[in-house]
Amino acid sequence: MTSDSQGLSRSMHLGASTRGETVHPIMELRNLDVYYGSFHAVRDISLDVGANQITAFIGPSGCGKSTVLRCLNRTNDLVPSARVTGVIDYRGQDLYAATVDPIEVRRRVGMVFQKPNPFPKSIFDNVAYGPRVTGMKLDKSETADLVEHALSKAGLWSEVKDKLDQSGFALSGGQQQRLCIARAIATSPDILLMDEPCASLDPIATSLIEDLMLELVNDYTVVIVTHNMQQAARVSDRTAFFSARVDDAGQRYGHLVEMDQTSKIFTNPSDSRTEDYISGRFG
Amino acid sequence: MNSSVKIDDFSLRSSSLRIGERIIRGTLFAASAFSVLITIGIVWSLLVPALEFFRQVPVMDFLTGTRWAPRFKPASFGVLPLIVGTLWTTTIALIVAVPFGLGSAMYLSEYASDKTRRRLKPVVELLAGIPTVVYGFFAIEFVTRVVLKDWMGLDVGTFSVLSAGLVMGVMIIPTVASLSEDALSAVPLAMRQGSFALGANKMQTTLRVVFPAAFSGIAAAVVLGISRAVGETMIVALAAGNKPNISSNPLEGAQTMTGFIANAALGDSRVGSLEYDTLFAVGLLLFMSTLIINFISIRLVRRYREAY
Repeated sequence: MTSDSQGLSRSMHLGASTRGETVHPIMELRNLDVYYGSFHAVRDISLDVGANQITAFIGPSGCGKSTVLRCLNRTNDLVPSARVTGVIDYRGQDLYAATVDPIEVRRRVGMVFQKPNPFPKSIFDNVAYGPRVTGMKLDKSETADLVEHALSKAGLWSEVKDKLDQSGFALSGGQQQRLCIARAIATSPDILLMDEPCASLDPIATSLIEDLMLELVNDYTVVIVTHNMQQAARVSDRTAFFSARVDDAGQRYGHLVEMDQTSKIFTNPSDSRTEDYISGRFG
Repeated sequence: MNSSVKIDDFSLRSSSLRIGERIIRGTLFAASAFSVLITIGIVWSLLVPALEFFRQVPVMDFLTGTRWAPRFKPASFGVLPLIVGTLWTTTIALIVAVPFGLGSAMYLSEYASDKTRRRLKPVVELLAGIPTVVYGFFAIEFVTRVVLKDWMGLDVGTFSVLSAGLVMGVMIIPTVASLSEDALSAVPLAMRQGSFALGANKMQTTLRVVFPAAFSGIAAAVVLGISRAVGETMIVALAAGNKPNISSNPLEGAQTMTGFIANAALGDSRVGSLEYDTLFAVGLLLFMSTLIINFISIRLVRRYREAY
């Protein structure tokens, strides 16, 4: 991947880089169903997440895209009534196999949330938190190096290097979100999930985060949920379009309409519902 | 829009005509002014006899004297024995209440299912509803006699600060537990999710993220527990005894500030006598201590409040 092709894809406002053409799946979802109590919220999702690609999940509210994202690192387990069936194959192992420890999953699949959620700690301790709790044995200078590395990766180092001991809450919303990204990459995850990471940010902070995603994808696999279709078009290689429909019993549920290269989804989708959504006719 | 209604008069009514609003405002002001006035009244009624007392007994003698014998001849007014007694019972109470209170708060807020929490929390809070005189009897009859003497074989008399402190600790568990649980539950779910998403387990999340985030509320809960322990009267009057005693042995009895007031107020001190004024001097000291504790509490809450 050269910076030229990134620049080109961004200037076209299409994520139509060469990355989207071939997929080396790092995660394969097969017939995934999610229930909340007796509510069958998301039905029969099968899709592949390509390694070192940005995969975008788009679709109207209530289509289950965030629910599916939360399955990828088993954060749905934290909702007491949630139940997941189907297979998520991650490097040859089923994430939902009974023997798999969800804490192990989350150490490899990091997550950035819609609203920045720094901890009530210093900037330094926010970033060092992951390595500390996951038992990485680091001495003082190694920790400091790791914190600097993560903050630099998140494009925040130059802004905070003189105030690492200040509270994470002292930063602006966009800085807090980059702090949360730094925090997530400090544990060197394999995959980074982002659940509408720019939903509460202004356009300048948003564009910083988008640039950051394009940087991160060189080292990581990124899956992003977004309501902003321009954002999906700008940054992602492949896009999955989810929608909601009502079953015979009157229950509304989310399903996957189609998934393809982002350029194809945005210019020539195979399903008319995708085209209606992209062109703003519904949702 | 009903076009048959026409407004002919375009003059705007004077705001002074809103009499109802002003009456309500006045009534509510009176309600809050009343409680402020009562507080001032209490302080005043404490202050006047206490100042009379300090005209006869120098403040330094009162605060640093080690012998408390207001009814003996010659009388001695060193309040340190009462302070030491209060420190003993309060410290023992906190040793019981803080771990059990915080432990149950963490369990209820972080570990228990919704159903368990809904059932368990009222039961914990029930402990706070038991009259303190019942706790007092529980201390003498059960804790001192059965637990300390028979079960643990300790050489403990009828009265001991240990027994009084232990039972007082049980009494303030619900205060610490309930308020800390509120503080922990108020920490946004997003913060826990952030921690879990980094691969932290439940205990790490609870201790390293939720607990610090709730620290100001937890500090307030503990401080309120301290004020209750310092001000608690019935349990110590019954179980700690009424012998002023600077002792390093918690198995001995001792009188606390509240214990002295409860004891002496039942006596027949003549109004205006030095013995009568002594009550108010100790009362003022007690009032000042809880005031200082509350002041520290407010500072702590401000200092550690997190704007999430």
